[in-house]
Amino acid sequence: MYKAIGKNIQRKEAWDKVTGKARYTDDLPETGILSARLLTSKYAHARILHIDISEALALNGVKSVLTGSDCPELFGPLVLDRPALARDVVRYAGEPVAMVVAKDEPTAEQAVRLIKVEYEQLPVILTPLQALADGAYLIHSKTNGYRKVSTDIYPEAGTNIASRYRMRKGDIKEAFDRCEFIVRQRFFLPPSDHLAMEVRTARAEISSEGTVLITTSSQSPYAVQNQISKAFLIPSGQIHVHVPFVGGGFGGKAPVTLEILAVLASRSVGGKAVRVTIPREQDMVSAPCRIGLEADIRIGANKEGIIQAMELTYFLDCGAYTDISPYMTKAIAVDCTGPYHVENLSCDALCVYTNHTYATSYRSFARESCTFCIERAMDMLARKCALDPLELRIKNAIRPGSLTPSQVLCTPSLTGDLTQCLNKVKLLSEWDGGNALTIKQDTVRAKGIACLWKTETPPTDAVSGALITFNPDGSVNLITGVVEMGSGGQTHLAQILAEKLRIDPKQVHVVMEVDTRAAPKHWKTVASMTEYMAGHAVVRASDDMIEQLRINGAQALGCPAEEIEVANGRVYSRKNPENFIAFKDIVHGYKAPDGSSIGEPVLGRGGFMLKGLTALDPQTGKGKTGPAWTLGAQVVEVEADLKTCTYRIISASTVMDVGRVINPESMRSMVAGGMSMGISMASREAFSYNSEGIPQAPNLRTYKLLHIGQEPDFRVSFVETPESESPYGVRSYSEHGIIGMAAALGNALSAAFGAEFTSLPLTPEKLWRVLSEENT
Amino acid sequence: MVRYDGKTVVSLNVNNETHEVAARPSDLLLDVLREQLGLTAAKPGCKNGDCGACTVMVDGWPAKSCLMLAVEAQGHAIVTVEGLGGTAAVQKAFVEANAFQCGYCTSGFLMVCQALKTQHPAMPEEYVIEEWLQSNLCRCTGYQEIRKAVHMMYDMT
Repeated sequence: MYKAIGKNIQRKEAWDKVTGKARYTDDLPETGILSARLLTSKYAHARILHIDISEALALNGVKSVLTGSDCPELFGPLVLDRPALARDVVRYAGEPVAMVVAKDEPTAEQAVRLIKVEYEQLPVILTPLQALADGAYLIHSKTNGYRKVSTDIYPEAGTNIASRYRMRKGDIKEAFDRCEFIVRQRFFLPPSDHLAMEVRTARAEISSEGTVLITTSSQSPYAVQNQISKAFLIPSGQIHVHVPFVGGGFGGKAPVTLEILAVLASRSVGGKAVRVTIPREQDMVSAPCRIGLEADIRIGANKEGIIQAMELTYFLDCGAYTDISPYMTKAIAVDCTGPYHVENLSCDALCVYTNHTYATSYRSFARESCTFCIERAMDMLARKCALDPLELRIKNAIRPGSLTPSQVLCTPSLTGDLTQCLNKVKLLSEWDGGNALTIKQDTVRAKGIACLWKTETPPTDAVSGALITFNPDGSVNLITGVVEMGSGGQTHLAQILAEKLRIDPKQVHVVMEVDTRAAPKHWKTVASMTEYMAGHAVVRASDDMIEQLRINGAQALGCPAEEIEVANGRVYSRKNPENFIAFKDIVHGYKAPDGSSIGEPVLGRGGFMLKGLTALDPQTGKGKTGPAWTLGAQVVEVEADLKTCTYRIISASTVMDVGRVINPESMRSMVAGGMSMGISMASREAFSYNSEGIPQAPNLRTYKLLHIGQEPDFRVSFVETPESESPYGVRSYSEHGIIGMAAALGNALSAAFGAEFTSLPLTPEKLWRVLSEENT
Repeated sequence: MVRYDGKTVVSLNVNNETHEVAARPSDLLLDVLREQLGLTAAKPGCKNGDCGACTVMVDGWPAKSCLMLAVEAQGHAIVTVEGLGGTAAVQKAFVEANAFQCGYCTSGFLMVCQALKTQHPAMPEEYVIEEWLQSNLCRCTGYQEIRKAVHMMYDMT
């Protein structure tokens, strides 16, 4: 019987979030704190000829004005290619050019408008294919000249290619020759944005002895510590990072950005506390966004519809700087085929510089993009083979014994059970073959299906840790480096701890805020790896704690430690459960009736480091980047008006093999949230750039997100094939709801309108354009 | 253009208490609530009236505090999430319905729902609920849980 695993435990911070007591980074009013604001580039690509800050500096209340010449350091998690403030060149519209520190926000804002910058415009490159054209202008004059933090990044000198990954399996030429059906299609996905409701913000202060205190809305407090230490040559122990509640991240708060500016700002005013706030518009265009993607997909199948070969080329639009994009390129490569049995494969994934806002991790680490291409092509293949799209997927589903694109042998533990997901989603979505059904004149209903899969691509040496302390009443405190940004990971960790100690989850108190001086290092709160990495650390900390309780118990009860049981908040001998000691009397050592002291205070500690992961072979792509995969199947149902090209999304279904459902409601809502984000992205979201690469009206009035009333009936169900190496068998799941939504929507609309839609977002205007072109 | 930089003392009735604050003519109610009164439940999600995270209740109606100047709020009864205490049906409903994840939009939604109930003491039709809540954005949930919370709020009373 499980006490906590599998139960609907409410999120630990629920009441803080409905009473306004949950404090986010900028919710800490501080008397005397200075404000910093940014001047950003109005051109997508230009040389900076001259910056005149004199008027801004002269404004009453302005403390300092910084430009690129004040900060020679370059930044980036993989390649050091990005300045904190542009130096000599701006490479995207919205790039920070100068920063004003002033007594308050209005003054800083006013001073920003007094800075004069003289630019000389340079050629603007807005798509990967333009960037790869012969003689294309080099966005970075020495693509291969930057210092690399990781070895598996492969910039190509004299080009705009920031990295490339190759996957090779079998012989595609021979395989394509024997194919009965071949689909070849190009896809285009423009960049879009994370749009967490909390705008990014950071604060910094430098103490008189040199300690840098940073408070930030970040998914990566330990990366903030590390990158700032390395860039500014400050010992990492002198950098103290504090992360309160985070108002949504979705990957957008994984990179280190405003923290750097906050440190520079504080340093320029003698270490005084400074808060860097940016308006929503800058959060959209200056701070990193979601990648754009172009892809060439070629799939061949025999006459039964069994896939024989795939030839895939992915061009990632990483924007002006690499940030984590080379690893998203790698991530697309390792999952490039979708969850299918493919013996002959050739895939090139290229990370390409353009003059767009630079990209960073976005929910599912680029799988939402490559999945759109593969799954749309699968539907085209189904039509060619005259097969039900769901049947085609069942025929080709990856299975034990298959090799993944990076040649990892599939097992039930590693990849779960896609066929079961497909069979289950068939019922859940009331699948009817994928054909459009006419409801009335000009109105049809249609469903589209897509499969999803994702493995993780963390650094091979990523770590996590957990500390557990006891309160005098016997309840426990759980301290980890996991950031609470809505994904409920902290609550799940509390459940794991409660289960291990066999106590009520209410007896577990979670320290929600991360303080790098108090909490053990946790790589980053990304990649849906909280339950796996921090979960392992919590299991180990619990075991450590139980061991200590046994030792105390053995001494107090006068029996061998092997006989001691720890459960229900009690320590007792298995032979005599009636004679127990409550946690509260033994966790800080035991005081015998005669007053003598027995044992030691109990402190749980657990550390965890990833094991067995490898870099990819540069020629074949062979290697294992993550502990396991999560697979699933999704269906979207639309009702479309053929005349106006408008549509309503009726229902959206997901069946995912999550290994183990440790909290049904929180996992359901997390998956539904991902689906909602996917529907929003696929149906309406994209930056609108003009021909000069300037984003038009970047705000939430013009860039529409899904509102209430537009959401479909969300249906979520799970399959449980445990992952043997993971705590309680749970797989990563929290990003994954998004992965197949764009594809499923695209497939549904393509079926409804009888046309092939190959780009996002799927707005009525886009549909109309495609249909108009087809009819001429 | 004439600039007004000086501050004036403004008297605000917030959560049934009178507060005197020094404000510029251009200061937003949102900023005064957060920076001067420490009432940070209302959030600056866009400061453009698009996201609703800053919604407060003004005389029983929802108002985006980023679209209201502090001086305009004089003479009106303002209620923020802090003023709901911790016992309002809407708060309990949001917790029970699991109607939030990151929590950043929650204060705004709570105040819209509270105002909805003030203006429509009996549960209105679904389209009315939608119309009211379309002023606000949530990026984490799929709104299904928020809709459920509104129903639960009405069921509780």
